[in-house]
Amino acid sequence: MPFNAPTSPHQLAPTSITRVMMLVILALIPGIAAYVWFFGWGVVVNICIAVVTALSCEALILKLRQRPVLPFLSDGSAVLTAVLIALTLPPLSPWWITVIGVAFAIIIAKQLYGGLGYNPFNPAMVGYVMLLISFPREMTSWIPPNELADSSLGFIDTAMFILFSTLPDGISFDALTEATPLDSLKTHLALGNTVDEVRAQLGLDAEASRVLSVIPIFGAIGGKGWEWIGGGFLLGGLWLIYTKVISWHIPVAMLGSLLAISALFYLIDPAHFATPMFHLFSGAAMLGAFFIATDPVTAASSNRGKIIYGCGIGLFTYIIRTWGGYPDAVAFAVLLMNMCAPLIDHYFKSSVFGHKK
Amino acid sequence: MSMAPVKLWDFHGGIHPEQNKLQSTTEPSALAQLPKKLVLPLHQHIGEAAEPIVEIGDTVLKGQKIANANGYVSAPVHAPTSGKIIDISEHPIPHPSGLSALAIVIEPDGRDAWVEYTPDQDYSEKNPSHLRNIIREAGIVGLGGAGFPSFIKLNPGSQKKIKTLILNGVECEPYITCDDMLMREDAHSIIEGVHIMRHALQAEECVIAIEDNKPEAYESICKAAAGIAGLRVALVPTRYPQGSEKQLVQVITGKEVPSNGLALHIGVVCHNVATAAAIYRAIHLGQPLISRMVTITGQAVKQPRNLEVLIGTPMDELLQQCGAEFDQIERLVMGGPMMGFALHEINLPVIKTTNCIIAATREELGLDRPAMPCIRCGACADVCPVKLLPQQLYWHARAKELDKVQEYDLFDCIECGCCSYVCPSNIPLVQYYRFAKGAIWTQEQEHKKSDQARERHEFRLMRIEREKREREAKRAKKKAPRPKTDTAKPPPVDGAQMADKMRQEAMAQRDSAEAARKTEIQAALARVQAKKKDAAPKTDAPVAANSPTPAAASTQASTPTSDSDSSADTATHKDHEQSQ
Repeated sequence: MPFNAPTSPHQLAPTSITRVMMLVILALIPGIAAYVWFFGWGVVVNICIAVVTALSCEALILKLRQRPVLPFLSDGSAVLTAVLIALTLPPLSPWWITVIGVAFAIIIAKQLYGGLGYNPFNPAMVGYVMLLISFPREMTSWIPPNELADSSLGFIDTAMFILFSTLPDGISFDALTEATPLDSLKTHLALGNTVDEVRAQLGLDAEASRVLSVIPIFGAIGGKGWEWIGGGFLLGGLWLIYTKVISWHIPVAMLGSLLAISALFYLIDPAHFATPMFHLFSGAAMLGAFFIATDPVTAASSNRGKIIYGCGIGLFTYIIRTWGGYPDAVAFAVLLMNMCAPLIDHYFKSSVFGHKK
Repeated sequence: MSMAPVKLWDFHGGIHPEQNKLQSTTEPSALAQLPKKLVLPLHQHIGEAAEPIVEIGDTVLKGQKIANANGYVSAPVHAPTSGKIIDISEHPIPHPSGLSALAIVIEPDGRDAWVEYTPDQDYSEKNPSHLRNIIREAGIVGLGGAGFPSFIKLNPGSQKKIKTLILNGVECEPYITCDDMLMREDAHSIIEGVHIMRHALQAEECVIAIEDNKPEAYESICKAAAGIAGLRVALVPTRYPQGSEKQLVQVITGKEVPSNGLALHIGVVCHNVATAAAIYRAIHLGQPLISRMVTITGQAVKQPRNLEVLIGTPMDELLQQCGAEFDQIERLVMGGPMMGFALHEINLPVIKTTNCIIAATREELGLDRPAMPCIRCGACADVCPVKLLPQQLYWHARAKELDKVQEYDLFDCIECGCCSYVCPSNIPLVQYYRFAKGAIWTQEQEHKKSDQARERHEFRLMRIEREKREREAKRAKKKAPRPKTDTAKPPPVDGAQMADKMRQEAMAQRDSAEAARKTEIQAALARVQAKKKDAAPKTDAPVAANSPTPAAASTQASTPTSDSDSSADTATHKDHEQSQ
């Protein structure tokens, strides 16, 4: 009786790329829930549009590249990219923003470089940065948290607006939008105000703010709502570390370096530099640390390398947020460190067993 | 007398695969039935194949030597029962290559009559080298799966003193339970074997290491080892591949065996528990290695268990005895699921290194997952016990960048399979490394061949040159007497011609001097090489052990005409690495 005789090992762990990607998406849920709570249904509509776009683009290119469609479509990586892009977009972005961003990420940043595993840059961040540079107005038309808005939209209204740009009677788009806390802080600091003044003006309770006709977008530590979203991503991220889907190195290094450098400048000049907690719980810091910088394909691979890589992202984020032209900078920081990943891998190898250092 | 517990150290990486050990330990071990015929391959160990000393038609007794060790790294083969030699020819053997090799076939007569043997219980009076000789003659090889002749590893040689003898009862691979059973049921033989080994090695202390998934074995060994000075039992936390020699040495001593080195170099020697029991039988009872414990398991086996099996018993008879459903068997593996190899046929004989036979079903393997691209997750590097970068090795092996894979220390890879096991993309990483190793060995042989070809070519040019010169010299000699006679008359040549000739002569002289020097150097080199070849298997075991296969070694030594099978090289190298 002849047998098929492949080589060892004959036993494999019950793991797969699909499983890894699905766990990551699962870990995003607390953050997404907070997002919906504070900023309405826009993000859910965006996620739906993004996922459909991502799967269509992925399938199309796989077909053109004559690669098996089903295994790659079901690996979950395109879905994850889509969800991450959707999470970075303003909740009321028109549909074509999402479609262009996701299509660019999947087709250009991922598939044209060879598909899963071969892209040097994080596709979601490439898509986001392309949108930010090409459509600055749409990408900065954020909305205030629900509790502060004059009027908020239900799911149907949100979907109608995103798809057809139609609003219910009596609501104008301008009335809906508001700059993000990071954006406002940057603008006001540039105007010569101190952090405390900005916070005093924009961190009032609802009653006082109505009198002054400003919206109090600053919360206890970060932006209102944003601190909860950040907390949600932190929770999901810690769970990913606990289940060993990601290692602690990159998130700890990134948040640690961001904390360290923002603390340093805050201690030097608290009037003109935001608090470290503000930096950690605003913008995409938490999302970036646990879900974007940890993308294994584009990150450094050794543990020491991961620490360097994470520190780099934290530092670049602070530098660009503080002195650069953009209010948030996680995407740029990630892309900059993506470029460095191969170099880091080259110089930070572990010492092999039995080889004296 | 209580002794300090063994301080345990950590090793990098490792995995916790599903154990699957309970199935085969529910029942005590049993004797395997006497088969209709026994097939005894002459090559069941690392080193040269044994040489038969019987002929077809001879009758032999149980324990009678039927093949002699051939060279230093080799082991003799004995008849596992009394009977008649009915065949000496090529038979399929359990080997990853699936190739056949010379084997002696015995038809048992059913009497099971022993040859006369001499028990020797006063070994402690004996010279260690005398003990090693008995162990060698008993055909004992590492029973943990590696099959390296044991007497060599009981020779401290000119090395500094052996500090620690580690007895490996770790059995870290899933499914395998033969050492577990042996420790439970025959701790006495193991401990007696340890005494002999310690005497032979003059080792200061001995540590018996057992993983904590074998509490019964631990109890049993502790009981047998109680009160013996310098002998400690260590219960180590279960983790694969702890039973690999270098990892175990690190866990017990905290020291890393140097790359390309042996445990011996840091004063440690490792032996398997079953080897210790076999050594006890060889010295105390005078019985050679003719049987061993084998785990028969896998989902296709109805009554998985351990059997005491005569070497040479066909595996299908063992599976039959354990109620195997033959049509359910998807893959037959010898050894564990992590490092064992799949067999091509079902009726192959059990050899000295057969510790486990897994008859796996299709559901059990669940291997139909397609390989996806690497996502650089680094899970492989996290579990690599050698701290390699499996991912980088994979990229370079795939690109056939053979120099790069060596830069990433490919040859430190022990092929434990942890990286393949955890890979979410299901990339058969170990297969890539085996391929790269094979390719490098082939390349090295090609280099050797071309070096030899170049030398031959240079030598030929030199010979032509020399012959030409000799002819010219002869011609010159023939001509020479004439001008000698009329010395008064200078040769009718002008100055330019004269100078030309002188220059030519000077050059020829220099060339011949150089050629002579070259031939001398080459002759010296050849002598050195010849010496090395002779010396290698005799004086320095590690050298021989590291050479890919005996076949490959002899290919290197002789003219480079035959091409050695690279897959076979890889396999044997793996066997060696697997040493427990």
